[in-house]
Amino acid sequence: MAQETAEQRASYPEIDKFYDSLPDKNGALIPVLHKAQEAYGFLSQDVQLYVAHKLGIPASKVYGVATFYSLFNLEKKGSYRVNVCLGTACFVRGSENILNEFEKELGVERSATTKDGLFTIGSIRCVGACGLAPVVMVNDKVYGRVAPEDVKGIVDEYLGKGGE
Amino acid sequence: MSGVSQTRIALRNCGVIDPESINDYIATDGYDALAKAIFTLTPDDVVDIVKKSGLRGRGGAGFPTGIKWETAKKSQSDVKYVLCNADEGDPGAFMDRSVLEGDPHSVLEAMALCGYAIGASQGIIYVRAEYPLAVKRLQIAIDQATDLGLLGENILGSSFSFSLRLYFGAGAFVCGEETSLMNSVQGGRGEPRIKPPFPAVAGLWNKPTNINNVETYANIAPIIRNGWEWFRKFGTEKSPGTKVFALAGKVNNVGLVEVPMGTPLRSIIEGIGGGIRNGRRYKAVQTGGPSGGCIPAEHLDTPIDYESLISLGSMMGSGGMIVMDEDDCMVNIAKFYLTFTAEESCGKCTPCRIGNKRLLEILDRITEGEGTDNDLEELDILGNIIKDTALCGLGQSSPNPAISTLRFFRDEYTAHVKDKRCPAGSCKKLIGFKILADKCTGCTVCARNCPANCISGSIKKVHVIDQEKCIKCGACLEKCRFKAIVRG
Repeated sequence: MAQETAEQRASYPEIDKFYDSLPDKNGALIPVLHKAQEAYGFLSQDVQLYVAHKLGIPASKVYGVATFYSLFNLEKKGSYRVNVCLGTACFVRGSENILNEFEKELGVERSATTKDGLFTIGSIRCVGACGLAPVVMVNDKVYGRVAPEDVKGIVDEYLGKGGE
Repeated sequence: MSGVSQTRIALRNCGVIDPESINDYIATDGYDALAKAIFTLTPDDVVDIVKKSGLRGRGGAGFPTGIKWETAKKSQSDVKYVLCNADEGDPGAFMDRSVLEGDPHSVLEAMALCGYAIGASQGIIYVRAEYPLAVKRLQIAIDQATDLGLLGENILGSSFSFSLRLYFGAGAFVCGEETSLMNSVQGGRGEPRIKPPFPAVAGLWNKPTNINNVETYANIAPIIRNGWEWFRKFGTEKSPGTKVFALAGKVNNVGLVEVPMGTPLRSIIEGIGGGIRNGRRYKAVQTGGPSGGCIPAEHLDTPIDYESLISLGSMMGSGGMIVMDEDDCMVNIAKFYLTFTAEESCGKCTPCRIGNKRLLEILDRITEGEGTDNDLEELDILGNIIKDTALCGLGQSSPNPAISTLRFFRDEYTAHVKDKRCPAGSCKKLIGFKILADKCTGCTVCARNCPANCISGSIKKVHVIDQEKCIKCGACLEKCRFKAIVRG
């Protein structure tokens, strides 16, 4: 990782604000990474270096934690994150076919982002909505009892909106 | 199978009260148990009641809750912690989510009771960030309880103080393991460590820590309020009380059910669940998520408790119950779970990191039609080695889906290996479709619906599938109105 510059250090005010407001700095790394991702979209190398500097811990530790947990993204994601649930209940009700359908409809493989930066396809493991299986989430919106033929309609819903 | 009744203890308030109103909770005797404990019971009394109730951990292993509390109480320290494991990560389980969203105060009250019992003044709820509504309602509940003096300094004017805060998980299944969870709260990678020392002796920041899961806590206030004798009226001698199950999969009625321990599986699946959807035949029920196994029809009358599920090679786990029918391939289901555990293995110990990967490779080979007899033997031997040698609960139970399906559905494995056939018709490499010439009317529906354009034939002539190009999606089979397309 490159040496950080003074400029980089000063460019993440949200992280400063959040960390400085914590009454107890013990175990702050994960909350800080949550905050950083919320504010800056993903955990770039610069953000990770900045967090390491701010918390006074090695960058390797930040990287170790950032890569351990699946909710942390090290790369920029699309405006609309399509997540097909691959939990057991959804799986036995055919969510694999729905994931394939999204791949076909959007022309990219899972965990990849479309060229226009609009969609990222991914899978999640159970959102606890097994009664609605199979479930698809687009950002925070939940679609239940999805059939492969519904996929195009879901994509079209967002195509009209453009990027964020 | 009508008349199967549910008994709601953990879910007593879910769907009944407004979870965002503390007054609703108080109106259903909420915080009564806390007041009773603080003013009429000693901490020893509270531990004693929980111990005598026989309540066992609802998160998976079924460790007696009272023993945990007693150990944490006996550990000498200036600071102790009460932790709540709300990192419900089992795919196919949503009991904890329902309690957190429907009755958050029941968890808060129980944690305060635990704090009073073991001598802790700080509590942390480790909650999945994937449950935004649960997070919101927990925070509202904590704020309301603090405002009313039911949490915070000098609760109800007594000398007992207890404060609570939330900590967000970041998506790691292994964090459901208690030592992993504590490492995560300390801001690190959620890797487990060897026990002992147990958390009750040296837990969070090396201080004595009591950790229970959401459903376990949800049982505490009624036990303190009504007494241990009341609780023991439900369930069995060794597994008193009720258990919440997340019934899902191929049953007619899906959702949460809470039944006394000892209820036969059949009553849940056929009675409450209303049997199998679409008139298909029952094949197996999977309990315990990635740590559990698949239970076949001949064991459907088994009463559910911790021990009987373990004797069937499965486990209680957190209470996921996924029903499968004849279209589900048991080898593929085992592969599904192994894919999950291989992905979620933290990588710290070798048996889990490498062993599960090898198990997955074997299952992959079998579903691809490249399995051998030796693979079946290897699956069993390696699976048992992993169980015996892995560091934490994740690794020690991860081979269960493979071992249990091999035990109860060996004929399916054999069909894959010997006959290169998938009886359930789900492993794509092992299935094919053909058109029966005497039934095909040449209506062209199959050809028009084929996504791979591999069906040829003209109107009113028998159609043919190009097996080379066929992607085995089954669309033709579904669309044919003349039953002219069959597997094979």
